[in-house]
Amino acid sequence: MTGGHVGRRLAKDTLFKGAVCLLAFLSLLPLFLILYYITMKGISVINWDFLFSLPRPIGESGGGVANAVVGTLMLIALSSVISVPCGIAAGIYLSENKTGKLSNTIRLSVIVLQGTPSIVIGIIAYLWVVAPLKTFSALSGGVALSIMMLPVIIKTTEETLKLIPYHLKEASLALGVPYYRTILKVVLPSGISGILTGILLSVARITGETAPLLFTAFGNQFMNVNIFKPIDSLPYRIFYYAMSPYPEWHSFAWGASFILVVLTLALNLIARGISAKWKIQF
Amino acid sequence: MEDTVLKVEKFSAFFGDNRVLKDVDLTVRRNVVAALMGPSGCGKTTLIRCVNRMHELIPGAGVAGKMTLVDEDIYTMQPIILRRKVGMVFQKPNPFPTMSIYENVIAGYKLNGIRMAKSELDTIVERSLKRSALWDEVKDALHRKGTFLSGGQQQRLCIARALAMNPEILLLDEPTSALDPKSTSQIEELFVELKRNVTMLLVTHNIAQAARVSDVTAFIYLGELVEFGPTEKMFTVPKDKRTEEYLTGKFG
Ligand SMILES: Nc1ncnc2c1ncn2[C@@H]1O[C@H](COP(=O)(O)OP(=O)(O)OP(=O)(O)O)[C@@H](O)[C@H]1O
Ligand SMILES: [Mg+2]
Repeated sequence: MTGGHVGRRLAKDTLFKGAVCLLAFLSLLPLFLILYYITMKGISVINWDFLFSLPRPIGESGGGVANAVVGTLMLIALSSVISVPCGIAAGIYLSENKTGKLSNTIRLSVIVLQGTPSIVIGIIAYLWVVAPLKTFSALSGGVALSIMMLPVIIKTTEETLKLIPYHLKEASLALGVPYYRTILKVVLPSGISGILTGILLSVARITGETAPLLFTAFGNQFMNVNIFKPIDSLPYRIFYYAMSPYPEWHSFAWGASFILVVLTLALNLIARGISAKWKIQF
Repeated sequence: MEDTVLKVEKFSAFFGDNRVLKDVDLTVRRNVVAALMGPSGCGKTTLIRCVNRMHELIPGAGVAGKMTLVDEDIYTMQPIILRRKVGMVFQKPNPFPTMSIYENVIAGYKLNGIRMAKSELDTIVERSLKRSALWDEVKDALHRKGTFLSGGQQQRLCIARALAMNPEILLLDEPTSALDPKSTSQIEELFVELKRNVTMLLVTHNIAQAARVSDVTAFIYLGELVEFGPTEKMFTVPKDKRTEEYLTGKFG
């Protein structure tokens, strides 16, 4: 082989590496632009008054997003209370029963659910909760969001538990520990970091959902903590402020967006921290 | 007989239609170490997993015949009660990764929800770790995770975990095959020490280990118990030709 050949190959190599780096950079660019834009426009709006006061009526200046922050936190809590136990249970079932009719049905449902548009899930929650109770409510919003959380929780629980070595379960069973206690006390704790990560990621996924809340939680310009009454949420408040014709409210929409992005980012970072720190060595 | 701990009579085990143990008869007396030997796939693991009824957890697995543990029929007992009386140590050390060394030793009590005073637990932990010859190495690190230990130490921790339940019999499935020579000889010494007051059923491929540790040896071939008797006698003058061939390394 001559030196020229090697030189040409090295040049191709450099070209390839350069192209990969450039494309990777291009794909990250929108993310940074969005973050930059939201921070620039949003951070100046954030102050004590914005965080802790309620929206004011049209014509009055000032106001904030206190009710929306509380509403979003309540919706997260409600949907987690519903989806976490169900999702973990389904995940356990799938990891324990790799084949079988019910397992296959659950797996198929998870895939279908994951692909269902969120607005359709909103309609379902409307039919199930809003129509019978004859009122928009935090509860119905929680139901809609919990349905959206389920697939992520079920999948991550299943994947996490599948990785737990069978010999741990055997060790427990051989000590005379009943099956259900083996699952609760040995298998679940060994997978806790993966399961928690899944829950946080699913929360991050629903925190910004607007469509399923439009005809469930609806929105509420007052502070509300009653789960049977309509409730505000950050995405809904952003929508409301952004659709208004007033420049001040437009800036409020940016401020609320900033809070939402920070919240989602924080959830993702915590999830990463947990999965790194609490990882169990087998 | 009064000092019989385990009695196996005309016992067969199946995986579906595949009969992997054929009318095995075996008696293990108290404080005796019985070695189970035989070529790979002959059914040694299956046999000891029938003693604590772990065999039946595999879909399609079945058994026929009789097994008694200190005069109680194993196959009419509740499996969870039986398993508390029968300790098992696996080929690969398997301490619980979420638990400390201390918690691992008392896992049999903890996981079963048996409540005891702290002082009582302390006593059990110390005694079990001393019996498994691990106490001196870990007494200052009882609250560290068990998975930080070396492979040999982990295996001794698993032995302590089994001993903590005061089992009638300890089942050991090739407990040293995943360990280095030094850890192996440590554990063999431990067995020699333990056999004064523990009954053991030890699966091993290592003829020297069986000779060093066991009092009686059972030789299994293709699911049949070919020969069963005092280890020394079997190793010097085997009765069956297949035993002799195995011991001289004709198949393995
Ligand atoms: N889960 C299973 N399903 C079906 N057949 C099995 C299963 N486990 C073992 N067998 C079969 O049962 C027979 C006995 O297996 P066993 O594991 O008891 O052998 P062993 O004597 O312990 O072998 P080794 O020395 O390799 O550990 C083998 O022929 C094996 O193919
Ligand atoms: Mg085996």
